[in-house]
Amino acid sequence: MGLLEFTERGIYCPKADVYLDPWKPVDRAVISHGHSDHARWGHKNYLCSATAAPVIRHRLQLDTIETANYGEPVYIHGVQFSFHPAGHIPGSAQIRVEHKGEVWVFTGDYKLEPDGLSEPFELVRCQNFITESTFGLPVYHWKPQQEIFDEINAWWRKNQSEGRVSVIAGYTLGKSQRLLKNVDVSIGKIIVHGAVDAVNQVMRQQGIALPETHRVTKDSRKQDFDGALVICPPSAVGSPWIRRFLPYSLGIASGWMSLRGARRRRGADRGFPLSDHVDWKSLNIAVRETGAEKVFVTHGYSEVFSQWLSENGIESHVVKTEYEGELSEMVEGTATTPAGTGENIPVTTNDTPNDDTEQL
Amino acid sequence: MRNFAQLFTDLDRTTKTLGKIKALTEYFQKVSDHDKLWSIALLSHRRPRRTINTTLLGTWASELSGLPAWLFTESYHVVGDLAETITLLLPETAEQSDESLTYWIDFIRSLEPLTIEEKKGKVLWAWNRLDQTERFVFNKLITGGFRMGVSQQLMVKALAKHTGTRENIVAHRLMGNWSPETDTFQQLMLEEDQKDISKPYPFYLAYALEGEVYTLGDPQEWFAEHKWDGIRGQIIVRDRQLFVWSRGEELVTDKYPEFATLLDILPDGTVLDGEILPFKDDQPLSFNHLQTRIGRKTLSAKVLKEVPVSFVTYDILEWEGIDIRNWTMEARRRKVEEICSAEHPVLRLSALVNFETWEELAQERSRARDLFSEGIMLKRKESIYRNGRRRGDWWKWKIDPFTVDAVMIYAMHGAGRRANLYTDYTFAAWDGEQLVPFTKAYSGLTDDEIREVDRWIKQNTIERFGPVRSVKPELVFEIAFEGIAQSTRHKSGIALRFPRIRRWRKDKPASEADRIENLRKLL
Ligand SMILES: [Zn+2]
Ligand SMILES: [Zn+2]
Repeated sequence: MGLLEFTERGIYCPKADVYLDPWKPVDRAVISHGHSDHARWGHKNYLCSATAAPVIRHRLQLDTIETANYGEPVYIHGVQFSFHPAGHIPGSAQIRVEHKGEVWVFTGDYKLEPDGLSEPFELVRCQNFITESTFGLPVYHWKPQQEIFDEINAWWRKNQSEGRVSVIAGYTLGKSQRLLKNVDVSIGKIIVHGAVDAVNQVMRQQGIALPETHRVTKDSRKQDFDGALVICPPSAVGSPWIRRFLPYSLGIASGWMSLRGARRRRGADRGFPLSDHVDWKSLNIAVRETGAEKVFVTHGYSEVFSQWLSENGIESHVVKTEYEGELSEMVEGTATTPAGTGENIPVTTNDTPNDDTEQL
Repeated sequence: MRNFAQLFTDLDRTTKTLGKIKALTEYFQKVSDHDKLWSIALLSHRRPRRTINTTLLGTWASELSGLPAWLFTESYHVVGDLAETITLLLPETAEQSDESLTYWIDFIRSLEPLTIEEKKGKVLWAWNRLDQTERFVFNKLITGGFRMGVSQQLMVKALAKHTGTRENIVAHRLMGNWSPETDTFQQLMLEEDQKDISKPYPFYLAYALEGEVYTLGDPQEWFAEHKWDGIRGQIIVRDRQLFVWSRGEELVTDKYPEFATLLDILPDGTVLDGEILPFKDDQPLSFNHLQTRIGRKTLSAKVLKEVPVSFVTYDILEWEGIDIRNWTMEARRRKVEEICSAEHPVLRLSALVNFETWEELAQERSRARDLFSEGIMLKRKESIYRNGRRRGDWWKWKIDPFTVDAVMIYAMHGAGRRANLYTDYTFAAWDGEQLVPFTKAYSGLTDDEIREVDRWIKQNTIERFGPVRSVKPELVFEIAFEGIAQSTRHKSGIALRFPRIRRWRKDKPASEADRIENLRKLL
């Protein structure tokens, strides 16, 4: 029996009878962060990092939730658990598990580059490393975030000068606040969607400083939106809610936007490749620096990355999980948008191929 | 190249027509006539010849990036575009350069006679001189797959603005046989005399009618005819020569020797618009017949005898050497009828459907399948002949397609816009206890459904073969198609025409999907 096992319900520690980010209901769950593919409904007991707890409590409507500070050991049936910053979103943690000198680290979702908002990633050495691979392909190579924010600011200014509102879509939890924290607030007013605002409020309450934002109310008039930046979840794109900002330019902030195909598919005016996951290069650095002897690769390009590691002399296995990387985060927020807004994201039609076999 | 790369970025960054036109006109203002001409050529799909085997480019790029070949291939499957994959994998550049678009195109053309080693040296040198977007453009030029999301119509608008010429005239000048290798911008756009006597007019294309037919108003204002299932074509007679153009802007005179006899009845300065149709014993044949003859290099006497073609005409664009596209449909129709008044075995008139009410027309439309017609074409009598696809005056009112419920058994990543999702599916129908694949189909699902199916595929994969996954035979989709033919190339023995996903039948288990016999009955 290993210290951790991969089961139908999730990553399991039999000694402690505890699951890490389980996707089916269990008695005791240790949660890496608040995204819905990691923190799910229906478990009896939850344990998470102290800074992740407010959002998780809010999202899952939990009365009680156990917490631990980063680095603070928690013993369950003699097994030592501890949380370490994953740099993914505020409160996100890698989960370290130790028993009799055997050390495992489960990353949840993570990135190495500091984003000015989340607690910066902390490297944790281990023998067994369970890593995500959402962007585990060499074509994914993030630019420094300042470059992306320079582009976003320039785009916002340009829209402003042309009389358009700038609407930027990013995930409700994490991406939206990262945008808020890093855009140049001197350019203009920032308006947020209700789903984003709900998360902002939770974070502000726990002491995370965010710039001033505004919400759309019944009394809002067209001129209130002049030159503004609107932050909303991707699910709001194409909804009636967004139409009030016309004329607007639509940007999407996501790691997927680094591929032209994905960019065009989303029907946005601009795609900003801003991701909260590790890119190929960082993934390789993380694996190397942990000193792990065995690497288990979860959601993403797991088979590709695992084969790559094996060829480079690192024992590696693919683990089937139900984590969904940025895909699920893409559609998150639907539940909190006004009823009936749906999720129809327009696809550009002006570049459909000519069908030469059709005659008229 | 910097200007062209900037144009590319600008076009990529806007989905709005006005923004695209603005980017194009600004670009035309900045660059030389040479660069203009090449840009027009690229935007209208006249690319330089391919001078390098694209597999080699991939090999060199993976070598340079220090990645094994399989990982390069995996990356390519995800990105869906070779030029982009290479761009993303190459190490960052050190140098900067400012050569023109024409320089780089000449550079690519000059590679042709070189040995592989020489080509490699040249390409690596080029990669090192270009920044990321320029590299992407260069790779696109060299792999020959350039699409910039600019329609012909849009480019025509921008050029008309730039040169101060009418759109109709610009559109006409861009048609036909010209090449940036032999013509100049002056000759193409600005000189009055048109030396190319084969030059066709841009086709006017109809939109599909989506709403109810009675929304078109008074039936008296419309002509109706059957929509024949052939190849759209233009017949041009000038200087005692005859040319046949197909809709794909391809000169296909040699493929239809039957039409040579039309020189006897059509005077110089005549351009007819119509449909190339297989016709035998005064009856149209199905499109499948035509297909057996399209692909052939040489036409045997046997083929000509078995699948003779006629030109079924419904419009005239030039008469006595004068462009008459601004005559009304009614006037042009009279002229066509006059030309076709004498019976001719090869030139036929596309008959009008007589109808007083929309109900009568709907009735006629229900007979379409038996006539090998795809439905009804509606043309406003008062309309002029416009260019490109436009709403309002011409509508196609197609008959409802055939449908079949099929089980998804394989999935592949989409290309380009859908590169990180599984969007290309293979479908099967039951043959006894077995599922037999019989068609591929794309599109037709909403974005949400695509994501849902994609997620399902990833969790229900049985096996992977390269980019293809076989999945549990569980999901059922309704596939619509326009026609069906016998096929020896397909395991199922049948091939569908225009298959596409109509809807996801979440209500049906795989066991209730259609049987292959039901499809064979349609043959
Ligand atoms: Zn996450
Ligand atoms: Zn995740």
